[in-house]
Amino acid sequence: MRYLLALVFSVWAALGAAQDWEARALFGDPDAPKVLRVISSTDIDLFAAIADSFIARADGVTIDYYVAGTADLDRILRKSPEKFDVAISSAMDLQFKLANDGYARVLEGFDYPDWAEWRRSVFAFTSEPAAIVVNRAAFAGAGAPQSRQQLIRALRSTPELFRGKVGTYDVRQSALGYLFATQDARTSETFWRLAEVMGNLDARLYCCSSDMIEDVAAGRLLVAYNVLGSYAEARQDLSDQIQIILPSDFQTIMMRTALVSAAGPNPDLARDFMEHLLAPHDFPQIDASALPLLDLSKPALEQSTIQLEPALLTYLDRLKAQRFLQEWADAIIQ
Amino acid sequence: MIRSSASLRRRLTVVLIGGAAVLALVLYLGVRLYATRIAQQGQDSILRASVTTILDTAVMRDGTLEIDFPYAALAMLTTASDDRVFYAILQDGALVSGYDGLPQRDIAGADAASWSAAYQGAELRLTTAARRLYAADSETGITVTVAQTQDALSVTLSQISRNVALFGAGFFLLATALSFWATASTIGPLKRLTQSVTRRGPQDLSPVTKPVPAEMVPLVASLNSLMGRLDQSLTRSEDFIAEAAHRVRTPLATVRSHAETTLQRVDKEENRTALRAMIRAIDESSRAAGQLLDHAMTTFRADHLDRQEVNLTELVADLVNRLEPVAEMKDIALILHAETRVDVSADPILLQNAIRNLIDNALKYSPAESDIEVTVARADCAFVSICDAGPGFPTDHMAGLVDRFARGANAKGITGSGLGLTIAQDVAEAHNGALKLSNREGGGACVIFSL
Repeated sequence: MRYLLALVFSVWAALGAAQDWEARALFGDPDAPKVLRVISSTDIDLFAAIADSFIARADGVTIDYYVAGTADLDRILRKSPEKFDVAISSAMDLQFKLANDGYARVLEGFDYPDWAEWRRSVFAFTSEPAAIVVNRAAFAGAGAPQSRQQLIRALRSTPELFRGKVGTYDVRQSALGYLFATQDARTSETFWRLAEVMGNLDARLYCCSSDMIEDVAAGRLLVAYNVLGSYAEARQDLSDQIQIILPSDFQTIMMRTALVSAAGPNPDLARDFMEHLLAPHDFPQIDASALPLLDLSKPALEQSTIQLEPALLTYLDRLKAQRFLQEWADAIIQ
Repeated sequence: MIRSSASLRRRLTVVLIGGAAVLALVLYLGVRLYATRIAQQGQDSILRASVTTILDTAVMRDGTLEIDFPYAALAMLTTASDDRVFYAILQDGALVSGYDGLPQRDIAGADAASWSAAYQGAELRLTTAARRLYAADSETGITVTVAQTQDALSVTLSQISRNVALFGAGFFLLATALSFWATASTIGPLKRLTQSVTRRGPQDLSPVTKPVPAEMVPLVASLNSLMGRLDQSLTRSEDFIAEAAHRVRTPLATVRSHAETTLQRVDKEENRTALRAMIRAIDESSRAAGQLLDHAMTTFRADHLDRQEVNLTELVADLVNRLEPVAEMKDIALILHAETRVDVSADPILLQNAIRNLIDNALKYSPAESDIEVTVARADCAFVSICDAGPGFPTDHMAGLVDRFARGANAKGITGSGLGLTIAQDVAEAHNGALKLSNREGGGACVIFSL
């Protein structure tokens, strides 16, 4: 373990304790004078590289790391913004709305590309595509589908094989799943056709990418749609069982974003952390088990990522969300 | 001494520069105001487009409101400064979706309205529009408000302000340079007039004929008329003096001859003394009258010089001959040193006047049995020098002696009007020559009259 101490509180949460988070870890010396409180949707393993490199550089700092689901993270931070210094989430729309609503501190003097930040409050630091993860054994003969259309064809041709063995995000639970789904729907009608096909095959719905990856690897699922590619890549141990496909028709690429809580207790320390986080060449990048960091050298136009713009509020609108969820449910739950 | 009020140049410059400064300021404020309005209109129209886009998608389906507004409705609000965006959708005054508590305004019948208000600690620009929806048996009113912070707008405005300020400053500098140029070119003719009047000779009272700017014509016309009147009155007084001198001289001659005749016949010593004094007074008066005449003539002829080829030697020799009897009476020897020919181009009558007065002076101040040396020669220029053995010029104010009616401090007891040197000086100047006074070593005065 690269981090000194990891306390997993999920059992606590399950027992009905007051905590809303799924897991918690302490990086660094627990008696260190300064404590940076980070709330994040990123799994502890994936965050370790960043945390360790920051602690190695900054003296006497402990990172108190809370893991929460994207929607929970948003709710917790809105409820008690004074308890956290930094929020890291894969749900770009929720992060954007937090900043728009004034929960993020404006950090002046950052030399960061315009397309990768919004209002010097929300900063993107990874580029993570939504992937189709398939079970290698199931597609050994025919070859894995490379696009959504090919996936639809494959699912339609042998429905009996895939029934109950297709999985995707439950967009009602996962804000990241909702972001992926809405962006897919915005880009192409294919999304709805795929949703309908998956619905016909009694698709199973998941809260998190990691569960889907585990199930594909174990053969409980044969296809998982809109899984976080970065999480799948990180599971090097499962590479014999799973195959990661980045669809060739179009990709939905999410940027993981970080913001400093406006009401946070340690603004200076939080700023130091952001400086470390946003100077990406300080920690190992090529490591597959780490997060795929944003290539800041590429011009904005070549970044086919979801953009950090006010339009992200669109699908957070109550009426829009109601309508989208209804359509989604009609398609996928039959 | 002329009292000068504020300088024309300064006044003109101050008015022009002040005017330029005011204009630059007005330009700055005006353009800024205009730019602000335009920029605000730009933001308002985008907000309005967003509102319209959202409002257009509102439909009543089975009695419930559905608003499926497109991604573009909010995407169009993207700005370079990442302005915050808020919106609210209200159905019959109750919030259906969006931000609670967003300021609202009753637009009562109007199409749409834009205004500014504060919300969540930020200054917002808001736009509201409303629409009525009709279902089978019901009717409902939908109001959509979209708001945005004004960061990008203020960045734009500060850029515009800076550019306009630079432009205004440039305009001011240019106007200042132009005002200096304008002042100089306005003052120029005045300066030239001053110079042409200053450069004139003392006798020149002719009118100014050079063209002057229209505004200066009245001034120059009155100046010309003033000089004309001055010239006229000067001429009149000269004429008057000449006439008076002439009229006085003839009766004086008559009185003198009577006095001489009487002197022959009177034996009583005290009567004879009185008569001699009388004759001397008469002589003095007639001499003064003669000199006044000479002076008047000099003044008159100097303006209308009648130049001829004159042999200066001949002219001076003639004068010496004529004055020889007067000199003999005082036992003074007039010695002439002359080159045979010294040709000059001059007015012979004026020359005679001048030289006669100079020799006359010498005769007056010379003691008996002394020599007066008259020299005519040409060195750098033609000259006549007259040197006597008298008391010489008083050294303390030699230059003042050529003034009219000025007489040396040592001239007491000698008849004279004080016009002799003035006449000689005027004549020399009229011929572009000079009159030089000096004292000889070992006593005596020397006058050099050069042409």
